[in-house]
Amino acid sequence: MSFLSYLINGVSLGSIYAIIALGYTMVYGIAKMLNFAHGDVIMIGAFVMLSALNTMSLPLIPAVLVAVVACTVLGVVIERVAYRPLRNAASPLAVLITAIGVSYLLQNVALLIFGANTVSFPNKITLPALSLAGGNLVISSVTIVTIVACVVIMIALLLFINKTKAGQAMLAVSEDKGAAQLMGINVDGTIALTFAIGSALAAIAGFLLFTAYPSLDPYKGAMPGIKAFVAAVFGGIGSVPGAMIGGVLLGIIEILAKAYISSQLSDAIVFGVLIVVLIVKPTGLLGKKIQEKV
Amino acid sequence: MGKKFDKTAKSNAITYGMVVVAWLVMMALQQAGMLSSSTVGLLVPVCIYSIMAVSLNLTVGILGDLSLGQAGFMCVGAFASALFTNLVQDSISFTPVRFTLAILVGALVAGVFGLLIGIPVLRLSGDYLAIVTLAFGEIIKNFLNILYVGKDSHGLHFSIKDTMSLGMEPDGVVIIKGAQGITGTSRDATFTIGIILLLISLFIVLRLIQSRDGRAIRSIRDNRIAAESIGINITKYKLLALTVSAAIAGMAGALYAHNYNSLAATSAKFGYNMSIMILVYVVLGGIGNIRGSVIAATLLYVLPEKLRFLQSYRMLIYAIVLIVVMLFSWSPKARDFRERYSLKRLIHKNTAKEAE
Amino acid sequence: MKKMVKVVSLACASAMLVSTTAFADGDAFKVGGIGPITGGAAVYGQAVKNATELAVNEINALGGVQFEFQFEDDEHDAEKSVNAYNALKDWGMQMLLGTVTSAPCIAVAAETANDNMFQLTPSGSAVDCVTNPNVFRVCFSDPNQGAASAQYIGENKLATKIGVIYDSSDVYSSGIYEKFAEEAANQGLEIVSAEAFTSDNKTDFSVQLQKAKDNGAELVFLPIYYTEASLILTQANSMGYAPEFFGCDGLDGLLTVDGFDTSLAEGVMLLTPFAADADDELTKNFVAAYEEAYGETPIQFAADAYDGMYAIKAAIEKSGVTPDMSVSDICDAMETAMTEITIDGLTSEGMTWNADGEPNKQPKAVKIVNGGYESMDK
Repeated sequence: MSFLSYLINGVSLGSIYAIIALGYTMVYGIAKMLNFAHGDVIMIGAFVMLSALNTMSLPLIPAVLVAVVACTVLGVVIERVAYRPLRNAASPLAVLITAIGVSYLLQNVALLIFGANTVSFPNKITLPALSLAGGNLVISSVTIVTIVACVVIMIALLLFINKTKAGQAMLAVSEDKGAAQLMGINVDGTIALTFAIGSALAAIAGFLLFTAYPSLDPYKGAMPGIKAFVAAVFGGIGSVPGAMIGGVLLGIIEILAKAYISSQLSDAIVFGVLIVVLIVKPTGLLGKKIQEKV
Repeated sequence: MGKKFDKTAKSNAITYGMVVVAWLVMMALQQAGMLSSSTVGLLVPVCIYSIMAVSLNLTVGILGDLSLGQAGFMCVGAFASALFTNLVQDSISFTPVRFTLAILVGALVAGVFGLLIGIPVLRLSGDYLAIVTLAFGEIIKNFLNILYVGKDSHGLHFSIKDTMSLGMEPDGVVIIKGAQGITGTSRDATFTIGIILLLISLFIVLRLIQSRDGRAIRSIRDNRIAAESIGINITKYKLLALTVSAAIAGMAGALYAHNYNSLAATSAKFGYNMSIMILVYVVLGGIGNIRGSVIAATLLYVLPEKLRFLQSYRMLIYAIVLIVVMLFSWSPKARDFRERYSLKRLIHKNTAKEAE
Repeated sequence: MKKMVKVVSLACASAMLVSTTAFADGDAFKVGGIGPITGGAAVYGQAVKNATELAVNEINALGGVQFEFQFEDDEHDAEKSVNAYNALKDWGMQMLLGTVTSAPCIAVAAETANDNMFQLTPSGSAVDCVTNPNVFRVCFSDPNQGAASAQYIGENKLATKIGVIYDSSDVYSSGIYEKFAEEAANQGLEIVSAEAFTSDNKTDFSVQLQKAKDNGAELVFLPIYYTEASLILTQANSMGYAPEFFGCDGLDGLLTVDGFDTSLAEGVMLLTPFAADADDELTKNFVAAYEEAYGETPIQFAADAYDGMYAIKAAIEKSGVTPDMSVSDICDAMETAMTEITIDGLTSEGMTWNADGEPNKQPKAVKIVNGGYESMDK
């Protein structure tokens, strides 16, 4: 019985990773860059939402929308100011470093505005928890909402990418920027749109992350961000279903490692599993095989 | 060919010269009492991070593999050398010999780790390699945080639980205390030793780059398949570069461990954050440009210290400076702009563009 | 790039040449402070910085001993802490009230011993922080708290089956846990589960709680800080697990977490030297002044720093040192004076220090009742 409850906890944690990883993998797929600031956008989104709830006393859904709008704008501005000028730089590492700079910037801006004190994020999901097996297994409403949100977002993303013109443009840009441009696709616009979607997802992820684990301060976005990045790589970075699977698996492995091997060494075990998977399958679980050409 | 050789020799001379001059100037100023305590305190760390940047540039710039675990090698070197120093404290009392041995131990152990980690990651490239190196760095840190090592009359005791489970005699001393790490290591590091180690690292890396092996390594970076097809042993050269890079990082770790009274495997110091910081030095100094790494590491390490007057705005300004400098130095537009209006160009209109 | 690098390096080199010479202004002591005011541990450093400033302003307004105070950031890193120390020396620091966290404190203590500068750490709790004769501390040491917790639980028969959740990557937490485990054996307590988390992995505590529950722990010991404790209490509640919770001074601040449902903390017991809602005059005045100045409720770190500043003042008055004396002379005189003074502070009444640098004060056991602390000692 405790195994099942560990499994459920793993899925809860993993679904949070998955939803962050979706944003990561979107941006990576198109812009081919590791957006290190993604986790910090999540943190900013959570703070904005908190202010919307407390100072503007908005209800839940409008508050989430405010956070989504704020993050979208933030994401597009970051892309325009800090990333776009470096898109054609001599090395892809240049934009990685700027992303780190942006991450520091967001953390320190949040530190100055919101202070270093931890604040407790309110749980506004008031649905009842799901109780199974005579109350021995309890699945919290946050977990259910997160998993549902995750699946809905994944399907929506897949439909968007495969069925809409803008989505097809994204695919084209991710395959070959130059050719896409020749075909009349607005590359700048498409990448900006990707950042907008990725950042909007970050706002939703922030809401769910801090509802499930209600402890928020300016540095609380970075670590989930890195974990989600690991999850995205695990599933095959650039792949939308891969991010979802990678996230959930990472959560389950983390919980089971803590439960059955050692809580002291759980970080090492999670990363160890990651290494083994990547050695066996060097492009992640669902990653595309990269064709090398001379 | 002859001309090219001269150019390389000249460039090397400038690199070594720059370090030696920096040493002479700083020593002279220190002797004259013209350096503030804060500047004196920065001398050794600047050497440490310069060495780290040089070591990472070998992996990132020359081999062309993105590594995010360099701090892990530094961590291994630091702990191995500090453990060694604490163990032989009583038997080898002559500091120069003990410290030299400790540095060698640090470099050796880190080099072995580099080799061990290098073998499984051979198949990987790009961001997947980056994440695996990051993972190795985190594993090392996690493991050292719960490692307890003690010594008594029966020899060494290890545990990954707590001090009690070491099961030591009452006369035993605990050397590595889990999260607290190692405290009280003899503080043998000096600026002069730091400079010597920096020169050694530069010598090793520059010699390697400019040798036949170095050309082979660069050919892997530029075109792996082409390199393989002309018979270059990719496995051998990749492992060579990774091992040397890790060993040099281990040396920097040994210097670090002997410069502070407290050595702990914290996230801030030996986590991926530090690896990324070193990567920032490398990219800002120019990927593949060894001299640039030293200059960038020095400037970027000193900058936040000199921004202390900004108080709580310090790290904010640092972040902005980092972004602006990156945009200014790497964006293609800014490059064109600089080239068009550079002084050099205005004076000698026909000077050929320097090879990057 | 190259050109720019040259220009910047020249600028930096010239900045480095400007060495400030240390001269005291004559009538005020220059006290430095070091702690994290950015980075993950910023909350502790900011509390110390704010409370020290508050104390310095109060003391200066009294008109007797005068202080100048300067605080430097160390990002909770030993190396940055030594850099901060050197920067403060350039400013002309004569005494150090710091550092806030343990590992940096150990590194800086080696520097102050070298310079023979008087150091009083408000909150560096690891044993090795005060090994040098020139270093004293305001807070309890880690082993002291671990042993006291086990004794308290054993003597008051709170429980026999104990679960522990601690931070294995943190000196404070693993230090307390280790001593607790040792003393628990003497007290006839059985530790049924001891599960760790790390600074990189501290959002989900479901496994640690589940293990304590499955092993039948009646009391869960939390030698950790309140930020993680608030998460643990929330998660324990959502899984319907309600053992007794017992913590150390790191749990102080739990009730001040913005937005935290304090009903979850009901019944939590902790050993703490400070309670922000105590009703003695000193605490009331301090909390009011702090809230007015900084808009938040002070945590225990703030109280330690506030007491530390008053201890420095008392030791100065006792020893009769003056700001024009050398750092080393001040240190020698202060070392003796520290063992002779008695302070009625926020964290204890009648606090005294021994020559080892440890304060002589007893932790008070409190229980959270109706959203406030209630003393457990009848």
